[in-house]
Amino acid sequence: MAQLNTMDGILYEAQRQGRISFYMTHYGEEATIGTAAALNAEDMIFGQYREAFMLVYRGFTMDEFVNQCFSNELDYGKGRQMPIHYGTKKLNFQTISSPLGTQIPQAAGAAYALKLAGKDACSICFFGEGAASEGDFHAGLNMAATLNSPTIFFCRNNGFAISTPSSEQYKGDGIASRGVGYGIDTIRVDGNDVWAVYNATKAAREIAVKEQRPILIESMTYRIGHHSTSDDSTKYRDRKEVEERAQFDNPITRLRRYLEQKQWWDQEKDDSWRKQIKQSVLQSFANAEKKKKPSLDHLFTDVYDELTPQLQRQKQELDRLIKDYPEYYPTDEFASSSSTSSSSSS
Amino acid sequence: MLRNSSRRLTASLQHQQRRLYAASAAAQPNDGIQQGVAYSKLLKRAPEEAFRTPELARMSAINSETKKMNLFQAVNDAMSIAMTTDDTAVVFGEDVSFGGVFRATSGLVEKFGRDRVFNTPLTEQGIAGFAIGMASVGHTAVAEIQFADYIFPAFDQIVNEAAKFRYRSGNQFNVGGLTIRSPCSAVGHGGHYHSQSPEAFFAHCPGLKIVTPRSPIQAKGLLLASIRDRNPVIFFEPKCLYRAAVEEVPVEDYELPLGKAEILKRGTDVTVVGYGSQIYALENAIQLAEKKMPGLSCELIDLRTILPWDVETVVESVNKTGRLVVAHEAPKSSGVGAEIASTVMENCFLRLEAPVERVCGWDTPFPLVFEKFYMPSMIRCYDAIKNVVNY
Repeated sequence: MAQLNTMDGILYEAQRQGRISFYMTHYGEEATIGTAAALNAEDMIFGQYREAFMLVYRGFTMDEFVNQCFSNELDYGKGRQMPIHYGTKKLNFQTISSPLGTQIPQAAGAAYALKLAGKDACSICFFGEGAASEGDFHAGLNMAATLNSPTIFFCRNNGFAISTPSSEQYKGDGIASRGVGYGIDTIRVDGNDVWAVYNATKAAREIAVKEQRPILIESMTYRIGHHSTSDDSTKYRDRKEVEERAQFDNPITRLRRYLEQKQWWDQEKDDSWRKQIKQSVLQSFANAEKKKKPSLDHLFTDVYDELTPQLQRQKQELDRLIKDYPEYYPTDEFASSSSTSSSSSS
Repeated sequence: MLRNSSRRLTASLQHQQRRLYAASAAAQPNDGIQQGVAYSKLLKRAPEEAFRTPELARMSAINSETKKMNLFQAVNDAMSIAMTTDDTAVVFGEDVSFGGVFRATSGLVEKFGRDRVFNTPLTEQGIAGFAIGMASVGHTAVAEIQFADYIFPAFDQIVNEAAKFRYRSGNQFNVGGLTIRSPCSAVGHGGHYHSQSPEAFFAHCPGLKIVTPRSPIQAKGLLLASIRDRNPVIFFEPKCLYRAAVEEVPVEDYELPLGKAEILKRGTDVTVVGYGSQIYALENAIQLAEKKMPGLSCELIDLRTILPWDVETVVESVNKTGRLVVAHEAPKSSGVGAEIASTVMENCFLRLEAPVERVCGWDTPFPLVFEKFYMPSMIRCYDAIKNVVNY
């Protein structure tokens, strides 16, 4: 939690300084990392965009986070998507996409496939209470219920969808009340209590995998940060309210008090841990900034498994333009053509 | 409920529709052209004809057995083979488990079980999203959208998700195992929502493949290739051919190449390009044109794959003939014909001897009682051939 929090602080500032183009923090929702501890490594994750805690827990390195945000040649996504759209096959974390709610029926389908394959695994799907208003939420939950997909639907209800408060998002009793209507066993948890999140997810996983059916968890929390670096939340909510929530119901402070009571943690340890994380982020930062952008070949690769004849012609056209107008197409900051790229040949 | 019952109504009217076709055939003017799929010379009605293309010639040496099938039976056969050869393959959609409203999935539940052939709730965005999810973990998902007219609720999943899955993840994840099948195009009385040809909406979307067959042999080979292709494919099945088009189809497992057009008739004076059921209107138009203009020689090309389409074959043909007619049922403005015409203009400018003619549906919703006047029929295609030849 502290690692995520520290990383968020530095990358948020980096965006403010114009060193990366975009960022989204997890402030106030760090306790959701409790879900990660309750899952198995083979469980497939479908996120919305505020789920970097899953990656932190599964061992995504600081370099890997920062390379993605810098869109450099080491970014697994080859610099094609905006910052924080992480993805990693080796950690079973499906690549994030911007369209909201689309991952919900996808998670139901992936879980169905895991079931058919006889895997001892489930899928977990994260989404905000705003995304739950999309048609895909209805489709995904109804399909998972009728087709018995072992999926954990995990709603982060943080009170806001950008500027829209939940009072303008729904009239019913939150998202949890809908689960019952789909025939899905549902629970609502204190999303700022890492143990509550952990316990609910652990039980949900057991039911999902053993009984092959979906479970819905609604985690009540509060979005302390702005929606994103493109948003100033003081335009639509009281700064005082935010400060109070940050101070009096902070998931990190709550866990820290617990640890301190058990005498497993203290100020000195905290300071040194945060310092270590900070150094690690800054080191990754320095490394990432020095790297080149991905090879321009990757503008055209991976649209299909192989370059189509049309794409080959368009690539040749761009190559010619770059040659004819080098002053308008500076290529110095891009890596040279890589013959090793998986699908650039044909 | 209304929508679903109207779909079922359409399906149950299939036999009645065939009678309507027969009736309209009787009312044809006396031009000597026997119109319609039933009279097509393109369908392979004898077993030995089935293998008479270079693409299938090698097969006849291995096993030359064929079986008489209509288009829905060929689609069914392809799915059956795909599921037999791939344990991860599943087939699902609305009403597929009892055999489908067009019978394309009949018998599959009995063969492969309810886990692999199943009904979904009535939600197109859900069907597409669910299929993407299955494919994203390496399974083969053959999803059905009951009518192409109802694919639009899944547009976001198809365009923003399926098409971009490989690219956006840097090839870490892909949905190559995804195929979406959907009945498309005119059926005689389908009105607005049982007649559409939405291929151009998807042809503007990098990452997708769009395939449409003209006959049972083509349907089986192209569908098997689509299911096995490592990219998401939308497979549009012209529903008026489900029962009307009958061929001797090779019983073996075979694939026809995606991204390759097929030259159905060689010619020297004008290139005529179409796909799906439109091929039969073009076949008749060519017969009429060659009859009325003795000495005229038309080249007929079935595009088969709409995205990525076979530029080379079409350009080569137009560079030879100097004239092009493109025809499709979908509306004219920004239709597939526009893409073909502009590409041919870029590549064949010095060889073109007449403006490219596009014969398409009018820029209206697909009408009910005016269908005959809406369609890019034989006579409109003939008129376009005449125009480019006389220019």
